[in-house]
Amino acid sequence: MELKNLYREIVNEHNLHPVHKGDIEDPDMILNGVNPSCGDDIYLQLKFDENGNVSEGSFNGSGCAISQASADMMLDLIIGLPKEEALEKAEIFMGMVRGTVDEEKIEELDEAASLADIAHMPARVKCATLGWKTMQRMLRDGENEKK
Amino acid sequence: MNINEIRKDFKILADPAYVYFDNAATSQRPEQVLEAMDAFSRTMNANPLRGLYEWSIKATDAYEDARAKTAAFVGADDPSEIVFVRNATEALNLVAFSYGLEFLKEGDEILITVMEHHSNILPWQMVCRKTGAVLKFIEPKEDGTITEEMLKEAVTEKTKLIGMGLVSNVLGVRNPVEKAAELVHKNGGVIVVDGAQSAPHMKTDVKAYGADFFSFSGHKMLGPMGIGGLYARHDLLEKMPPFLSGGEMIEYVKRDSATYAEVPHKFEAGTVNASGAVGLAAAIEYLENIGFDAIEEQEKKVTKIVYEGLKSLPHVHVYGNPDPEKHSGIVTFNIDGCHPHDISSVLDTEHIAIRAGHHCAQPLMEFMQEKLSMEFRATARASMYFYNTEEEAERFVEAVSKVRGWLGF
Repeated sequence: MELKNLYREIVNEHNLHPVHKGDIEDPDMILNGVNPSCGDDIYLQLKFDENGNVSEGSFNGSGCAISQASADMMLDLIIGLPKEEALEKAEIFMGMVRGTVDEEKIEELDEAASLADIAHMPARVKCATLGWKTMQRMLRDGENEKK
Repeated sequence: MNINEIRKDFKILADPAYVYFDNAATSQRPEQVLEAMDAFSRTMNANPLRGLYEWSIKATDAYEDARAKTAAFVGADDPSEIVFVRNATEALNLVAFSYGLEFLKEGDEILITVMEHHSNILPWQMVCRKTGAVLKFIEPKEDGTITEEMLKEAVTEKTKLIGMGLVSNVLGVRNPVEKAAELVHKNGGVIVVDGAQSAPHMKTDVKAYGADFFSFSGHKMLGPMGIGGLYARHDLLEKMPPFLSGGEMIEYVKRDSATYAEVPHKFEAGTVNASGAVGLAAAIEYLENIGFDAIEEQEKKVTKIVYEGLKSLPHVHVYGNPDPEKHSGIVTFNIDGCHPHDISSVLDTEHIAIRAGHHCAQPLMEFMQEKLSMEFRATARASMYFYNTEEEAERFVEAVSKVRGWLGF
Protein backbone atom coordinates (compact mmCIF):
# COMPACT_ATOMS: atom_id res chain seq x y z
CA MET A 1 0.00 0.00 0.00
CA GLU A 2 1.34 3.45 -0.82
CA LEU A 3 2.40 5.10 2.39
CA LYS A 4 0.02 8.04 2.15
CA ASN A 5 -2.89 5.61 1.74
CA LEU A 6 -1.68 3.56 4.68
CA TYR A 7 -1.77 6.70 6.81
CA ARG A 8 -5.15 7.74 5.44
CA GLU A 9 -6.88 4.39 5.69
CA ILE A 10 -5.44 3.00 8.90
CA VAL A 11 -2.69 4.81 10.76
CA ASN A 12 -4.28 8.25 11.14
CA GLU A 13 -7.44 6.90 12.74
CA HIS A 14 -5.53 4.90 15.36
CA ASN A 15 -3.13 7.79 15.96
CA LEU A 16 -5.66 10.58 16.27
CA HIS A 17 -8.48 8.58 17.85
CA PRO A 18 -6.85 5.67 19.64
CA VAL A 19 -9.17 3.26 21.39
CA HIS A 20 -6.67 2.10 23.97
CA LYS A 21 -4.79 5.26 24.85
CA GLY A 22 -4.99 6.30 28.49
CA ASP A 23 -4.78 4.54 31.82
CA ILE A 24 -6.54 1.42 33.06
CA GLU A 25 -7.53 0.97 36.64
CA ASP A 26 -5.08 -0.96 38.80
CA PRO A 27 -2.99 -2.63 36.05
CA ASP A 28 -0.95 -5.73 36.92
CA MET A 29 1.99 -4.69 34.78
CA ILE A 30 3.36 -1.36 33.56
CA LEU A 31 6.40 -0.95 31.33
CA ASN A 32 8.08 1.96 29.57
CA GLY A 33 9.28 1.46 26.02
CA VAL A 34 11.40 4.06 24.24
CA ASN A 35 13.08 4.68 20.92
CA PRO A 36 15.77 7.14 21.94
CA SER A 37 16.57 7.98 18.33
CA CYS A 38 12.97 9.03 17.57
CA GLY A 39 11.75 10.22 20.92
CA ASP A 40 8.94 7.63 20.86
CA ASP A 41 8.09 6.99 24.46
CA ILE A 42 5.19 4.82 25.62
CA TYR A 43 3.93 3.21 28.81
CA LEU A 44 2.15 -0.05 28.25
CA GLN A 45 -0.30 -1.20 30.93
CA LEU A 46 -1.78 -4.69 31.12
CA LYS A 47 -4.23 -6.45 33.40
CA PHE A 48 -4.93 -10.21 33.53
CA ASP A 49 -7.89 -12.30 34.57
CA GLU A 50 -7.73 -15.40 36.80
CA ASN A 51 -6.88 -17.60 33.79
CA GLY A 52 -3.91 -15.48 32.80
CA ASN A 53 -5.64 -13.92 29.82
CA VAL A 54 -5.05 -10.28 28.99
CA SER A 55 -8.28 -8.75 30.26
CA GLU A 56 -7.46 -5.07 29.84
CA GLY A 57 -4.72 -3.03 28.28
CA SER A 58 -3.77 0.51 27.41
CA PHE A 59 -0.84 2.70 26.41
CA ASN A 60 0.22 6.21 27.23
CA GLY A 61 2.95 8.49 26.02
CA SER A 62 3.95 10.17 22.81
CA GLY A 63 5.58 9.34 19.54
CA CYS A 64 5.10 9.25 15.82
CA ALA A 65 1.82 8.15 14.26
CA ILE A 66 3.18 4.73 13.35
CA SER A 67 4.37 3.93 16.88
CA GLN A 68 1.07 5.07 18.37
CA ALA A 69 -1.15 3.37 15.81
CA SER A 70 0.80 0.14 16.01
CA ALA A 71 0.45 0.02 19.79
CA ASP A 72 -3.28 0.69 19.52
CA MET A 73 -3.74 -2.05 16.92
CA MET A 74 -1.70 -4.44 19.04
CA LEU A 75 -3.98 -3.91 22.02
CA ASP A 76 -7.03 -4.44 19.79
CA LEU A 77 -5.57 -7.80 18.93
CA ILE A 78 -4.28 -9.10 22.23
CA ILE A 79 -6.98 -8.09 24.70
CA GLY A 80 -8.80 -11.31 25.55
CA LEU A 81 -5.92 -13.59 24.56
CA PRO A 82 -3.87 -15.85 26.84
CA LYS A 83 -0.32 -14.55 27.40
CA GLU A 84 1.17 -17.26 25.18
CA GLU A 85 -1.05 -16.32 22.26
CA ALA A 86 -0.30 -12.64 22.70
CA LEU A 87 3.39 -13.50 22.52
CA GLU A 88 2.80 -15.58 19.39
CA LYS A 89 1.18 -12.56 17.74
CA ALA A 90 4.23 -10.49 18.67
CA GLU A 91 6.48 -13.11 17.08
CA ILE A 92 4.44 -12.95 13.88
CA PHE A 93 4.58 -9.16 13.88
CA MET A 94 8.37 -9.15 14.30
CA GLY A 95 8.66 -11.75 11.54
CA MET A 96 6.42 -9.64 9.31
CA VAL A 97 8.58 -6.52 9.54
CA ARG A 98 11.70 -8.62 9.04
CA GLY A 99 10.08 -10.25 6.04
CA THR A 100 10.49 -13.79 7.41
CA VAL A 101 6.87 -14.99 7.75
CA ASP A 102 4.39 -15.82 5.02
CA GLU A 103 1.15 -14.06 4.09
CA GLU A 104 -1.06 -16.63 5.77
CA LYS A 105 0.61 -16.05 9.15
CA ILE A 106 0.46 -12.30 8.67
CA GLU A 107 -3.32 -12.48 8.31
CA GLU A 108 -3.49 -13.59 11.94
CA LEU A 109 -2.53 -10.04 12.87
CA ASP A 110 -5.83 -8.62 11.58
CA GLU A 111 -5.47 -4.87 11.10
CA ALA A 112 -1.85 -4.79 12.29
CA ALA A 113 -1.03 -6.76 9.13
CA SER A 114 -1.44 -3.49 7.24
CA LEU A 115 1.94 -2.41 8.59
CA ALA A 116 3.69 -5.11 6.53
CA ASP A 117 5.15 -2.56 4.13
CA ILE A 118 7.01 -0.94 6.99
CA ALA A 119 9.53 -3.71 6.42
CA HIS A 120 10.74 -1.73 3.41
CA MET A 121 11.38 1.36 5.49
CA PRO A 122 14.22 0.49 7.83
CA ALA A 123 13.99 3.84 9.61
CA ARG A 124 10.38 3.18 10.59
CA VAL A 125 10.64 -0.44 11.73
CA LYS A 126 11.55 0.66 15.25
CA CYS A 127 8.45 2.85 15.40
CA ALA A 128 6.15 0.01 14.36
CA THR A 129 7.66 -2.53 16.75
CA LEU A 130 7.89 -0.37 19.89
CA GLY A 131 4.61 -1.50 21.45
CA TRP A 132 5.17 -5.13 20.50
CA LYS A 133 8.68 -5.23 21.90
CA THR A 134 7.48 -3.66 25.11
CA MET A 135 4.79 -6.34 25.39
CA GLN A 136 7.40 -9.07 24.78
CA ARG A 137 9.55 -7.66 27.55
CA MET A 138 6.55 -7.81 29.88
CA LEU A 139 5.06 -11.20 29.03
CA ARG A 140 8.18 -13.11 28.02
CA ASP A 141 10.84 -11.53 30.26
CA GLY A 142 8.60 -10.56 33.16
CA GLU A 143 9.76 -6.94 33.23
CA ASN A 144 7.39 -4.83 35.32
CA GLU A 145 7.70 -1.28 36.63
CA LYS A 146 4.55 -1.44 38.69
CA LYS A 147 5.37 -0.44 42.24
CA MET B 1 25.76 31.59 -11.85
CA ASN B 2 23.60 29.66 -14.29
CA ILE B 3 21.68 27.19 -12.16
CA ASN B 4 20.58 25.07 -15.11
CA GLU B 5 24.16 24.63 -16.29
CA ILE B 6 25.29 23.81 -12.77
CA ARG B 7 22.62 21.16 -12.31
CA LYS B 8 23.89 19.35 -15.40
CA ASP B 9 27.06 18.59 -13.44
CA PHE B 10 25.00 16.63 -10.91
CA LYS B 11 23.53 13.60 -12.65
CA ILE B 12 21.60 12.54 -9.57
CA LEU B 13 19.59 15.78 -9.80
CA ALA B 14 18.57 15.13 -13.41
CA ASP B 15 15.13 13.74 -12.55
CA PRO B 16 12.97 16.78 -11.74
CA ALA B 17 10.60 14.57 -9.73
CA TYR B 18 13.07 14.53 -6.85
CA VAL B 19 13.80 17.40 -4.46
CA TYR B 20 16.89 16.87 -2.35
CA PHE B 21 16.76 19.11 0.72
CA ASP B 22 19.00 17.10 3.03
CA ASN B 23 22.27 18.78 2.15
CA ALA B 24 23.27 19.40 5.75
CA ALA B 25 23.48 15.61 6.09
CA THR B 26 25.43 15.08 2.89
CA SER B 27 25.74 16.93 -0.40
CA GLN B 28 25.66 15.58 -3.95
CA ARG B 29 28.78 15.16 -6.07
CA PRO B 30 29.40 16.78 -9.44
CA GLU B 31 30.87 14.88 -12.38
CA GLN B 32 34.15 16.74 -11.91
CA VAL B 33 34.64 15.13 -8.49
CA LEU B 34 33.71 11.67 -9.73
CA GLU B 35 36.00 12.03 -12.75
CA ALA B 36 38.94 13.18 -10.68
CA MET B 37 38.61 10.18 -8.37
CA ASP B 38 38.14 7.87 -11.30
CA ALA B 39 41.24 9.27 -13.01
CA PHE B 40 43.28 8.66 -9.87
CA SER B 41 42.21 5.02 -9.81
CA ARG B 42 42.64 4.53 -13.55
CA THR B 43 45.99 6.23 -14.05
CA MET B 44 48.07 6.43 -10.88
CA ASN B 45 46.72 4.17 -8.19
CA ALA B 46 49.55 3.08 -5.92
CA ASN B 47 50.29 3.50 -2.23
CA PRO B 48 51.34 7.14 -1.79
CA LEU B 49 54.30 8.28 0.31
CA ARG B 50 56.09 4.94 0.01
CA GLY B 51 56.79 3.59 -3.44
CA LEU B 52 59.90 4.58 -5.34
CA TYR B 53 58.32 4.20 -8.75
CA GLU B 54 56.34 6.33 -11.15
CA TRP B 55 52.77 5.55 -10.12
CA SER B 56 53.45 5.92 -6.42
CA ILE B 57 55.22 9.22 -7.06
CA LYS B 58 52.23 10.46 -9.05
CA ALA B 59 49.85 9.28 -6.32
CA THR B 60 51.96 11.06 -3.71
CA ASP B 61 51.94 14.25 -5.75
CA ALA B 62 48.17 14.09 -6.20
CA TYR B 63 47.67 13.50 -2.47
CA GLU B 64 49.99 16.32 -1.44
CA ASP B 65 48.50 18.67 -4.06
CA ALA B 66 45.14 17.98 -2.50
CA ARG B 67 46.58 18.91 0.88
CA ALA B 68 47.95 22.20 -0.47
CA LYS B 69 44.62 23.01 -2.09
CA THR B 70 42.78 22.21 1.13
CA ALA B 71 45.17 24.37 3.17
CA ALA B 72 44.59 27.32 0.85
CA PHE B 73 40.84 26.69 0.97
CA VAL B 74 40.69 27.10 4.76
CA GLY B 75 43.19 29.96 4.82
CA ALA B 76 46.05 28.07 6.50
CA ASP B 77 49.66 29.28 6.21
CA ASP B 78 51.12 25.96 5.30
CA PRO B 79 49.93 22.61 3.88
CA SER B 80 51.47 20.80 6.86
CA GLU B 81 48.71 22.31 8.98
CA ILE B 82 46.16 20.05 7.28
CA VAL B 83 45.71 16.50 8.55
CA PHE B 84 43.50 14.34 6.35
CA VAL B 85 40.98 12.33 8.34
CA ARG B 86 37.77 10.44 7.55
CA ASN B 87 35.39 13.23 8.53
CA ALA B 88 34.80 16.04 11.01
CA THR B 89 33.97 13.49 13.70
CA GLU B 90 37.41 11.92 13.37
CA ALA B 91 39.04 15.36 13.32
CA LEU B 92 37.36 16.27 16.61
CA ASN B 93 38.28 12.92 18.16
CA LEU B 94 41.88 13.42 17.08
CA VAL B 95 42.00 16.76 18.92
CA ALA B 96 40.32 15.27 22.01
CA PHE B 97 42.47 12.14 22.24
CA SER B 98 45.74 13.84 21.33
CA TYR B 99 45.56 17.45 22.55
CA GLY B 100 42.82 17.03 25.15
CA LEU B 101 44.23 14.05 27.04
CA GLU B 102 47.77 15.45 26.90
CA PHE B 103 47.23 19.07 27.85
CA LEU B 104 44.06 19.34 29.91
CA LYS B 105 44.04 18.57 33.60
CA GLU B 106 41.82 18.32 36.63
CA GLY B 107 39.88 21.52 37.31
CA ASP B 108 40.26 22.90 33.78
CA GLU B 109 37.02 23.80 32.07
CA ILE B 110 35.93 22.83 28.59
CA LEU B 111 33.20 25.11 27.28
CA ILE B 112 30.92 24.08 24.41
CA THR B 113 27.52 25.27 23.23
CA VAL B 114 24.33 23.32 23.82
CA MET B 115 23.74 23.34 20.05
CA GLU B 116 26.82 21.26 19.21
CA HIS B 117 26.58 18.14 17.10
CA HIS B 118 27.20 15.01 19.18
CA SER B 119 30.63 14.75 17.53
CA ASN B 120 31.61 17.97 19.30
CA ILE B 121 30.18 16.80 22.65
CA LEU B 122 31.11 13.17 23.22
CA PRO B 123 34.88 13.56 22.70
CA TRP B 124 34.92 16.28 25.36
CA GLN B 125 32.87 14.15 27.76
CA MET B 126 35.60 11.52 27.31
CA VAL B 127 38.38 14.04 27.99
CA CYS B 128 36.60 15.19 31.14
CA ARG B 129 36.14 11.64 32.42
CA LYS B 130 39.81 10.84 31.91
CA THR B 131 41.41 14.11 33.04
CA GLY B 132 39.03 15.47 35.66
CA ALA B 133 38.35 18.56 33.57
CA VAL B 134 34.80 19.92 33.75
CA LEU B 135 32.43 20.21 30.77
CA LYS B 136 30.33 23.38 30.69
CA PHE B 137 27.61 24.43 28.30
CA ILE B 138 26.62 27.81 26.98
CA GLU B 139 22.94 28.15 26.07
CA PRO B 140 21.85 30.42 23.23
CA LYS B 141 18.86 32.73 23.20
CA GLU B 142 15.61 31.23 21.92
CA ASP B 143 16.44 32.20 18.34
CA GLY B 144 19.84 30.53 18.60
CA THR B 145 21.93 33.66 19.08
CA ILE B 146 24.95 33.69 21.38
CA THR B 147 26.04 37.22 22.26
CA GLU B 148 29.40 38.56 23.33
CA GLU B 149 28.02 39.19 26.81
CA MET B 150 26.83 35.60 27.11
CA LEU B 151 30.30 34.41 26.13
CA LYS B 152 32.03 36.70 28.60
CA GLU B 153 29.83 35.35 31.34
CA ALA B 154 30.49 31.72 30.41
CA VAL B 155 34.25 31.89 29.98
CA THR B 156 36.10 31.77 33.31
CA GLU B 157 39.83 31.84 33.94
CA LYS B 158 39.68 28.05 34.10
CA THR B 159 38.34 27.73 30.55
CA LYS B 160 41.14 26.03 28.65
CA LEU B 161 39.28 24.75 25.61
CA ILE B 162 36.24 25.98 23.74
CA GLY B 163 34.46 23.72 21.25
CA MET B 164 32.09 25.56 18.95
CA GLY B 165 30.42 24.81 15.67
CA LEU B 166 30.78 27.79 13.36
CA VAL B 167 27.31 27.04 11.98
CA SER B 168 24.69 24.97 13.83
CA ASN B 169 23.44 21.97 11.87
CA VAL B 170 19.95 22.51 13.31
CA LEU B 171 19.43 26.27 13.44
CA GLY B 172 21.89 27.37 10.75
CA VAL B 173 23.00 30.20 13.00
CA ARG B 174 26.62 31.39 12.80
CA ASN B 175 28.32 31.47 16.17
CA PRO B 176 30.72 34.22 17.36
CA VAL B 177 33.86 32.08 17.23
CA GLU B 178 36.14 35.12 16.87
CA LYS B 179 35.05 36.48 20.24
CA ALA B 180 35.27 33.05 21.84
CA ALA B 181 38.81 32.63 20.46
CA GLU B 182 39.87 35.96 21.91
CA LEU B 183 38.55 35.05 25.35
CA VAL B 184 40.04 31.56 25.54
CA HIS B 185 43.41 32.73 24.21
CA LYS B 186 43.65 35.14 27.15
CA ASN B 187 43.69 32.01 29.33
CA GLY B 188 46.35 30.33 27.24
CA GLY B 189 43.66 27.94 26.01
CA VAL B 190 42.56 26.85 22.55
CA ILE B 191 39.41 26.95 20.46
CA VAL B 192 38.23 24.05 18.33
CA VAL B 193 35.96 25.34 15.59
CA ASP B 194 33.78 22.71 13.93
CA GLY B 195 33.28 23.84 10.36
CA ALA B 196 31.32 20.83 9.09
CA GLN B 197 28.27 23.01 8.38
CA SER B 198 30.07 26.23 7.46
CA ALA B 199 32.75 25.09 5.02
CA PRO B 200 30.23 24.13 2.28
CA HIS B 201 28.45 27.48 2.43
CA MET B 202 30.86 30.33 3.21
CA LYS B 203 34.45 31.27 2.72
CA THR B 204 36.57 29.69 5.43
CA ASP B 205 39.32 31.73 7.07
CA VAL B 206 40.85 29.98 10.06
CA LYS B 207 43.10 32.97 10.72
CA ALA B 208 40.23 35.43 10.88
CA TYR B 209 38.35 33.07 13.23
CA GLY B 210 41.37 32.78 15.50
CA ALA B 211 40.85 29.02 15.28
CA ASP B 212 43.51 26.75 16.74
CA PHE B 213 41.73 23.75 15.28
CA PHE B 214 39.11 23.58 12.51
CA SER B 215 37.30 20.40 11.47
CA PHE B 216 35.31 19.68 8.33
CA SER B 217 33.90 16.82 6.23
CA GLY B 218 34.43 16.43 2.50
CA HIS B 219 31.07 14.81 1.83
CA LYS B 220 29.09 17.86 2.95
CA MET B 221 30.90 20.05 0.41
CA LEU B 222 30.56 18.03 -2.83
CA GLY B 223 33.37 15.61 -1.98
CA PRO B 224 33.19 11.88 -1.33
CA MET B 225 32.38 10.25 2.00
CA GLY B 226 35.40 9.09 3.97
CA ILE B 227 37.62 12.14 3.60
CA GLY B 228 37.70 15.20 5.78
CA GLY B 229 40.21 17.58 7.23
CA LEU B 230 41.59 18.92 10.44
CA TYR B 231 43.35 22.25 10.32
CA ALA B 232 45.62 22.72 13.33
CA ARG B 233 48.22 25.32 14.13
CA HIS B 234 51.64 23.96 13.27
CA ASP B 235 53.13 24.50 16.72
CA LEU B 236 50.26 22.56 18.28
CA LEU B 237 50.66 19.63 15.90
CA GLU B 238 54.38 19.56 16.72
CA LYS B 239 53.80 19.07 20.42
CA MET B 240 50.77 16.79 20.21
CA PRO B 241 51.25 13.01 20.48
CA PRO B 242 49.98 10.78 17.66
CA PHE B 243 46.31 9.78 17.77
CA LEU B 244 46.65 6.48 15.89
CA SER B 245 49.93 4.71 15.33
CA GLY B 246 51.31 2.20 12.88
CA GLY B 247 52.47 2.45 9.30
CA GLU B 248 53.33 5.64 7.43
CA MET B 249 53.57 7.77 10.56
CA ILE B 250 57.05 6.72 11.72
CA GLU B 251 60.69 7.61 11.26
CA TYR B 252 62.49 4.78 13.03
CA VAL B 253 60.97 1.77 14.72
CA LYS B 254 62.89 -0.43 17.12
CA ARG B 255 61.59 -3.38 19.06
CA ASP B 256 60.50 -1.30 22.01
CA SER B 257 60.30 2.26 20.75
CA ALA B 258 59.76 4.47 17.74
CA THR B 259 60.20 8.00 16.52
CA TYR B 260 57.50 9.66 14.51
CA ALA B 261 57.30 11.09 11.05
CA GLU B 262 57.11 14.84 10.68
CA VAL B 263 53.86 16.80 10.89
CA PRO B 264 51.27 16.16 9.47
CA HIS B 265 52.23 12.55 8.60
CA LYS B 266 52.57 11.79 12.30
CA PHE B 267 48.76 11.94 12.40
CA GLU B 268 48.03 9.90 9.29
CA ALA B 269 48.68 6.32 10.32
CA GLY B 270 48.08 3.58 7.79
CA THR B 271 47.45 3.81 4.06
CA VAL B 272 45.73 7.11 3.36
CA ASN B 273 42.52 7.79 1.45
CA ALA B 274 44.30 9.29 -1.54
CA SER B 275 41.46 9.06 -4.06
CA GLY B 276 39.20 10.65 -1.46
CA ALA B 277 41.64 13.51 -1.01
CA VAL B 278 41.79 13.93 -4.79
CA GLY B 279 37.97 14.05 -4.84
CA LEU B 280 37.98 16.64 -2.08
CA ALA B 281 40.45 18.78 -4.02
CA ALA B 282 38.20 18.60 -7.08
CA ALA B 283 35.25 19.62 -4.92
CA ILE B 284 37.18 22.60 -3.59
CA GLU B 285 38.09 23.59 -7.13
CA TYR B 286 34.44 23.32 -8.14
CA LEU B 287 33.29 25.51 -5.24
CA GLU B 288 36.00 28.07 -5.90
CA ASN B 289 35.11 28.25 -9.59
CA ILE B 290 31.54 29.19 -8.69
CA GLY B 291 32.66 31.36 -5.81
CA PHE B 292 31.11 31.71 -2.39
CA ASP B 293 29.42 35.00 -3.28
CA ALA B 294 27.37 33.27 -5.96
CA ILE B 295 26.82 30.23 -3.74
CA GLU B 296 25.48 32.34 -0.89
CA GLU B 297 23.31 34.40 -3.20
CA GLN B 298 21.55 31.33 -4.62
CA GLU B 299 21.17 29.73 -1.18
CA LYS B 300 19.67 32.90 0.23
CA LYS B 301 17.10 33.12 -2.56
CA VAL B 302 15.98 29.54 -2.04
CA THR B 303 16.13 29.70 1.76
CA LYS B 304 14.02 32.85 1.81
CA ILE B 305 11.24 31.14 -0.14
CA VAL B 306 11.32 28.12 2.17
CA TYR B 307 11.54 30.18 5.37
CA GLU B 308 8.85 32.70 4.49
CA GLY B 309 6.66 30.06 2.88
CA LEU B 310 6.70 27.87 5.98
CA LYS B 311 6.22 30.89 8.27
CA SER B 312 3.04 31.77 6.42
CA LEU B 313 1.48 28.32 6.91
CA PRO B 314 -0.90 27.75 9.82
CA HIS B 315 0.23 25.14 12.39
CA VAL B 316 3.85 25.33 11.20
CA HIS B 317 6.57 26.50 13.61
CA VAL B 318 9.89 27.62 12.19
CA TYR B 319 12.88 27.86 14.51
CA GLY B 320 15.98 30.02 14.63
CA ASN B 321 16.77 33.56 13.58
CA PRO B 322 13.88 35.63 12.13
CA ASP B 323 16.18 36.67 9.29
CA PRO B 324 16.32 33.86 6.69
CA GLU B 325 19.70 35.18 5.51
CA LYS B 326 21.13 34.00 8.82
CA HIS B 327 20.21 30.35 8.28
CA SER B 328 23.06 29.07 6.09
CA GLY B 329 20.49 27.24 3.99
CA ILE B 330 18.94 25.42 6.97
CA VAL B 331 15.26 25.72 7.91
CA THR B 332 14.14 23.68 10.91
CA PHE B 333 10.44 23.36 11.66
CA ASN B 334 7.60 21.42 13.22
CA ILE B 335 3.93 21.00 12.42
CA ASP B 336 1.28 20.83 15.15
CA GLY B 337 0.29 17.25 15.92
CA CYS B 338 2.73 15.74 13.44
CA HIS B 339 5.81 13.85 14.50
CA PRO B 340 8.82 14.88 12.35
CA HIS B 341 9.33 11.26 11.24
CA ASP B 342 5.79 11.15 9.89
CA ILE B 343 6.36 14.49 8.15
CA SER B 344 9.49 13.16 6.47
CA SER B 345 7.82 9.88 5.53
CA VAL B 346 4.85 11.51 3.80
CA LEU B 347 7.10 14.06 2.05
CA ASP B 348 9.11 11.11 0.77
CA THR B 349 6.00 9.90 -1.05
CA GLU B 350 6.27 13.22 -2.95
CA HIS B 351 9.97 12.47 -3.59
CA ILE B 352 11.06 15.23 -1.25
CA ALA B 353 14.03 14.35 0.94
CA ILE B 354 14.45 16.13 4.27
CA ARG B 355 15.87 15.12 7.62
CA ALA B 356 13.73 14.46 10.68
CA GLY B 357 14.66 13.58 14.21
CA HIS B 358 17.23 14.86 16.67
CA HIS B 359 19.93 15.71 14.08
CA CYS B 360 22.67 14.30 16.33
CA ALA B 361 22.02 17.24 18.63
CA GLN B 362 19.94 15.80 21.48
CA PRO B 363 20.98 18.40 24.08
CA LEU B 364 19.73 21.12 21.71
CA MET B 365 16.44 19.23 21.16
CA GLU B 366 15.96 19.01 24.92
CA PHE B 367 16.74 22.73 25.24
CA MET B 368 14.31 23.64 22.44
CA GLN B 369 11.58 21.41 23.83
CA GLU B 370 11.84 23.18 27.17
CA LYS B 371 12.22 26.75 25.89
CA LEU B 372 9.91 26.58 22.90
CA SER B 373 7.38 24.03 24.21
CA MET B 374 7.97 21.68 21.30
CA GLU B 375 5.51 18.82 21.19
CA PHE B 376 8.17 16.22 20.38
CA ARG B 377 11.87 16.18 21.17
CA ALA B 378 12.64 16.28 17.47
CA THR B 379 12.26 18.53 14.45
CA ALA B 380 12.03 18.37 10.68
CA ARG B 381 14.83 20.09 8.77
CA ALA B 382 15.10 21.25 5.18
CA SER B 383 18.66 22.09 4.18
CA MET B 384 19.43 23.66 0.84
CA TYR B 385 22.55 24.03 -1.26
CA PHE B 386 23.45 26.23 -4.22
CA TYR B 387 22.18 23.69 -6.75
CA ASN B 388 18.65 23.85 -5.36
CA THR B 389 16.17 26.00 -7.23
CA GLU B 390 13.42 28.44 -6.37
CA GLU B 391 10.93 26.08 -8.07
CA GLU B 392 12.01 23.29 -5.72
CA ALA B 393 11.53 25.63 -2.76
CA GLU B 394 8.00 26.46 -3.91
CA ARG B 395 7.16 22.81 -4.45
CA PHE B 396 8.45 22.01 -0.99
CA VAL B 397 6.35 24.69 0.70
CA GLU B 398 3.29 23.50 -1.22
CA ALA B 399 3.89 19.92 -0.07
CA VAL B 400 4.39 20.96 3.57
CA SER B 401 1.08 22.80 3.43
CA LYS B 402 -0.60 19.44 2.77
CA VAL B 403 1.14 17.39 5.43
CA ARG B 404 -1.46 17.88 8.13
CA GLY B 405 -4.14 16.76 5.71
CA TRP B 406 -2.19 13.65 4.81
CA LEU B 407 -1.80 12.86 8.50
CA GLY B 408 -5.53 13.01 9.10
CA PHE B 409 -6.11 16.52 10.46
